[in-house]
Amino acid sequence: MKRQIPLVLVLIFGLFMVIQYFIPHESSEWIYEYLLDWITIIGVFALVLGIWSLFKVNYDKISQRKPDRGYSLVLLISLFATMFFGFFAKVDGSWGLHFSTADGLQSYMYRHAYEYIIRPIQSTIFSLLAFFIASAAYRAFRARNVLASLLLAAALIVMLRFNPYLGPLGDYISEAANWLLNVPNLAAKRAIVIGIGLGMVATALKVILGIERSYMGKG
Amino acid sequence: MSRLAIIVTICVVVLFLGSWIFKALQAQDAGVDHYLLRGFLVTCSAFLTLAILSFLYKDNPIYKFAEHLYVGISAGYWMSQGFWSTIVGNLIPRLSQSLSGFFKQPYNAGEWMGGFFYTNWVFYVPVIFGVLLLMRLSSKYGWISRWALAFIVGTTAGLQFIRYMRSDFIEQISSTFVPLLVDWQGIGHFFSNLSLSATGQLVAMVSNWIIFLGVLCGLIYFFFSKEHTGLFGKASRFGIWILMVTFGASFGYTVMGRVSLLVGRITFLFRDWLGITS
Repeated sequence: MKRQIPLVLVLIFGLFMVIQYFIPHESSEWIYEYLLDWITIIGVFALVLGIWSLFKVNYDKISQRKPDRGYSLVLLISLFATMFFGFFAKVDGSWGLHFSTADGLQSYMYRHAYEYIIRPIQSTIFSLLAFFIASAAYRAFRARNVLASLLLAAALIVMLRFNPYLGPLGDYISEAANWLLNVPNLAAKRAIVIGIGLGMVATALKVILGIERSYMGKG
Repeated sequence: MSRLAIIVTICVVVLFLGSWIFKALQAQDAGVDHYLLRGFLVTCSAFLTLAILSFLYKDNPIYKFAEHLYVGISAGYWMSQGFWSTIVGNLIPRLSQSLSGFFKQPYNAGEWMGGFFYTNWVFYVPVIFGVLLLMRLSSKYGWISRWALAFIVGTTAGLQFIRYMRSDFIEQISSTFVPLLVDWQGIGHFFSNLSLSATGQLVAMVSNWIIFLGVLCGLIYFFFSKEHTGLFGKASRFGIWILMVTFGASFGYTVMGRVSLLVGRITFLFRDWLGITS
């Protein structure tokens, strides 16, 4: 019961998803569409599990009076406040379970939580990488040999591509960068992607046939 | 709390309040609805941007505050989004007419197939699997959640098997077989204007050769079952050259992407928040 049923389920659903591709019939497509819907719906239940886990870890930190409990409090307050504004909105002067209508999202706070908090933080975190990558490049980019020089030249050409101060030289660099991206870059990426594809197919096969069982955990 | 920390906290709070008032007054002048809230949100956005950038100095309490706020708000955001778009948008309209009415969603009546099978019945299955997944919270019956997990893993594995086999393997190989020799009709304009994008068979043919040999030699470089010596070693060497060009190009591309994000944040700070530039 604990290990056999999951293995059988994986085999049945895995084989079905493989076989259905070779059966271009209405019923096959119908079941395929429903299975994809099922995954999305179960995903929401997994989200509940994740939220519970997040709550428990941070609640325990607060109740055990751990040193960084203040941050856990910030996290829990922001979590519940966002969920409150996500589930409830004031429409026509009264609060209730409202979300989206033909006019868009109902909750002003919820709509702006994304625009003014999530998006700025997300893009700033990603932009931080510009500093770290520049610092890494300063240390690593030395034209010591042919390979390092190729790396350096390709990176410089691609980075100079959008430079507006290069004048007529800019057009040549832009064309060279496009050629680099569309020809040698494509060739090497294709070799890598073929390797990844083979690896993914082998892993999927191992999972379907029950050779790879790590998703079940211990016990 | 040290004296320095208290002074920094007071400075941050005063600056925040000052900015809030200033931006709210600006929004009021511009005739914006909810101008107090708008002022608060713009100030919040600017302070959070600065809080994240403060990590460049070192890991500090202001950065940690922004980090935890982000995790909390994101989790709440995606939970609400998942509930309304999937449960209310996709599941409830197929399971209950009264609940659909309550959430103001159009009821999806489904259809009878062959007179004995009602299509909406299938939507009870993910609910059952979802409840099984929540059994993970029980220490005694946690193992039942594996059934739901097995469904997701099996379906995804089957789906990925076909997807990767088709798009990452078969299609990539078939796209690599490009014409290496063509019916020669001239080299085009490459030597006259040194343009790599010039229409001409020389550039196209050289590019096709590089693509074909690049893929082949790239794969040889990753093939470790044979020693890289002789002709095989030379091919592997050419493979690593092509790979280095790719890594360089990818690096440059990533840097430019991150720099454009940084420019976006700096523009926000100087134009939308401080109003220094237009």
